[in-house]
Amino acid sequence: MANQGIGQAVRRKEDFRFITGQGHYTDDINRPGQLYAVFLRSPHAFAKIRSINTDAARKMPGVVAVYTGKDVAADKVGGLICGWTVKDKQGNPHKAPRHDIIAIDHVRHVGDQVAVVIARSTSEARDACEAIEVDYDVLAPVTDVRSALKPGAPQVHADAPGNLCYDWEFGDKASTDQAFAKAAHVTKIELVNNRLSPNPMEPRSAIGEYDSGTDSTTVYTTSQNPHVIRLILCAFVLGLPEHKVRVIAPDVGGGFGSKIFNYAEETVCVWAARKLKKPVKWTSDRTEAFLTDAHGRDHVTHAELALDKDGKFLGLRVATMANMGAYLSTFASAVPTYLYALLLAGQYTTPAIYAEVKAVFTNTTPVDAYRGAGRPEATYVVERIVEAAARELKMDPAEIRRRNFVPVDAFPYQTPVACVYDSGQYAKALDEAMKMADYANFAKRKAESARKGNLRGIGICAYIEACGIAPSAVVGSLGAGVGLWESAQIRFNATGSVFVYTGSHSHGQGHETTFAQIVSDKLGVPMENIEVVHGDTALVPMGMGTYGSRSLAVGGSAIIRATEKIIDKGKKIAAHLMEASVDDVAYDKGIFSVKGTDKQVPMAQIAFTAYVPHNYPADLEPGLEASAFYDPANFTFPAGVHIAEVEIDSATGVTTIANWVAVDDFGNVINPMIVEGQVHGGIAQGIGQAMLEGVVYDPKSGQLLTASFNDYCMPRADDLPSYKVGMIETPCPHNPLGVKGCGEAGAIAAPAALMNAITDALGTEDINMPATPQNVWRVIQRQNLAAAAE
Amino acid sequence: MTISVTITVNGQQETRDVEPRTLLVQFLREHLQLTGTHVGCDTSQCGACVVHIDGKSVKSCTILAAQAQGAKVITIEGLAQDGKLHPMQEAFREHHALQCGFCTPGMIMSAVDLAQRNPNPSEETVRHELEGNLCRCTGYHNIVKAVMAGAQAMRG
Repeated sequence: MANQGIGQAVRRKEDFRFITGQGHYTDDINRPGQLYAVFLRSPHAFAKIRSINTDAARKMPGVVAVYTGKDVAADKVGGLICGWTVKDKQGNPHKAPRHDIIAIDHVRHVGDQVAVVIARSTSEARDACEAIEVDYDVLAPVTDVRSALKPGAPQVHADAPGNLCYDWEFGDKASTDQAFAKAAHVTKIELVNNRLSPNPMEPRSAIGEYDSGTDSTTVYTTSQNPHVIRLILCAFVLGLPEHKVRVIAPDVGGGFGSKIFNYAEETVCVWAARKLKKPVKWTSDRTEAFLTDAHGRDHVTHAELALDKDGKFLGLRVATMANMGAYLSTFASAVPTYLYALLLAGQYTTPAIYAEVKAVFTNTTPVDAYRGAGRPEATYVVERIVEAAARELKMDPAEIRRRNFVPVDAFPYQTPVACVYDSGQYAKALDEAMKMADYANFAKRKAESARKGNLRGIGICAYIEACGIAPSAVVGSLGAGVGLWESAQIRFNATGSVFVYTGSHSHGQGHETTFAQIVSDKLGVPMENIEVVHGDTALVPMGMGTYGSRSLAVGGSAIIRATEKIIDKGKKIAAHLMEASVDDVAYDKGIFSVKGTDKQVPMAQIAFTAYVPHNYPADLEPGLEASAFYDPANFTFPAGVHIAEVEIDSATGVTTIANWVAVDDFGNVINPMIVEGQVHGGIAQGIGQAMLEGVVYDPKSGQLLTASFNDYCMPRADDLPSYKVGMIETPCPHNPLGVKGCGEAGAIAAPAALMNAITDALGTEDINMPATPQNVWRVIQRQNLAAAAE
Repeated sequence: MTISVTITVNGQQETRDVEPRTLLVQFLREHLQLTGTHVGCDTSQCGACVVHIDGKSVKSCTILAAQAQGAKVITIEGLAQDGKLHPMQEAFREHHALQCGFCTPGMIMSAVDLAQRNPNPSEETVRHELEGNLCRCTGYHNIVKAVMAGAQAMRG
């Protein structure tokens, strides 16, 4: 018991099934009589569908049905929805053009669904897809935001003139203009935040199953939030009664945001299963994943920072164009707005901030939340421009940050962009990180590299994020269509073991262990007697799921509230058993006692008594279970400092990461082993963005050129270093666990840290992510030519 | 048209009539219901499908079931012996070398083969040898530690 509670690196309960090949991912599930769906997808980025002939396909072996958008429309199926309405500068709602689950008259990106074949096997369905004849009127596409906003650009949707989804602003323009008017120095920067493909290793998959006897539908799907999927499918897309639909998200092989959303394919599986009265299964292949999983990032930004003569930040002005892709995905509109501009204060006291964001439709895969979602983009802007300002002013980049940090005694701290930071020790994290990185001796190491003919750079990123998403009333006022509380239920069995039901969903985060640790700690139940249950709407109370580093801060807090209710009821039973007054009963780690006596009763006996209530308080219900719903009072604000050090081979442009230090403040830590693992993974995705990854569309044809792991450079073991991870713990003051969330930090911090190191080494800000050897080499050649010309 | 394929999988001789185009990974997952071997891509890049064929690690999506005719195949389900985890499985759990678990079976099967060929691998060797196995969750940091520890445990 002693080594299993809060703060201990408990080994994961879930691991046994995964290391022995006994996980149950959606594609591992097969239902009796199951049929297989394969989608015919558009080969064109933009085209009008003149006609579709499915006659030959229907006659192919094994084919049960072939459906097109017209069949779906005939059943009055709704389009996919965006669940967050952003209002533009004039207060008008964003443009959310119809998004059919199978295209009807136009296809708007390569991979758009054109038809679905349902057959007895995947291979037969695939063969039949090739027999479908589609007559396209191919149109000129537009793939990037700058081109899409130009007059005369191809119009992706007739009802979104100029391809504009919204033109939005946030912050105080007048006070920001005043700050710039009195500035001693203004730093300007142009940044591209490259488009990424999330690429969880498990491709999406879904099974729809219909029981006509009870008129009930079961959906197995790769989701981070099964209740949200049920709500959207029932209330908006298929119009089914919620109590007749069960959504199960079993073991899910990574999500990183991409499995939050309601997608066309799972919706088609449900619709077709009900039509055919047979289970219908679809599993994505990897190229389909590249074409249809919502992408991340894709911003083009101009930013300006106003400083006084001492390097104090006076104001920040940001103008961003955000690529939404061809349709508005489930939460897409919130990402470049409320999850972005509200974080532009960073860790600093910048008093005036103004941001403008134009969201733009293009003929590309929809873009939505990807690990960090808006916050990496904000951090990238803030930390690149702060570093650039330090260089222009010839100040130490650590010192300029220190001068502008929100001081420890200023919390709760109200920023000019709506956030109230909960707690933090920003300078302490910087000091610690600089020590771990041996920052003081960097010049020596740089000289050594120079002797070898190599370049060396060091880069800092002091990031902040808003997690624990989120207070329902706040997000409601900002346009969210849902509340963002979380649910928990604790159910004791008569023999003292416990079920913990959580509305959060684990797809790698280790909730089965972390949540069990909390319950073990609070209720004194051994870890092996606790079963954490998640991912099934038939078992778990309505919950909102896992994204935005919210599971522990919101879902864990709900569990704490449920444990408190269990303890309260336990005290009443204990008082009866020990013939004492309830007020005299004390509770500590699974033991109820009468204050000032040696009388005590363990939790297991309380549970047994609750279910075998022969000797029991007359006015108390039998049973021992409690539900709780937790709606947070504020966001949490994890923060920290990452320092990257790189060595660049000046002959080849190959960048080697020589050192990586992360010092993060996630508030209290429940399981340091799991938290460090989250940091490692986040950093790897951030390094991927900065050095390796990037979605590339051919601008002329709109073809996705990076549609396989051969073409899209995923970080591999030999691309990455080991990381030095340190932690400081400043508890969150407003949730019962004092936790802030750790899932996204690495991906938020890493790109700016690494690009600051690379630009430090190269001596220019003028390089975009991904800083591949080719891109770096080109910059070196450009610098050499410029030097030679002087 | 189908063909008959016989493969010894985890010590058990298995014969199935399959379409000639059936991949080994499909044979394992769809015909034998051994779903521990995963499919994470379609270009033989990700390594989630690695199994051992006659003692060597092979991406089971790269070969047809028919090509494995008569071979001895070990999958992740067959790695533990007599209810005892293989040292590499133990090392993955001990060092938190998995998060979502999807890449894990292929990663462990590659790691076992790696350790058989390199009983005392350096970090550099492990990173180089694992470049055919993608993991999106862990950043490889703990996988590398686990493989080194697992290799040591295999040395005994």
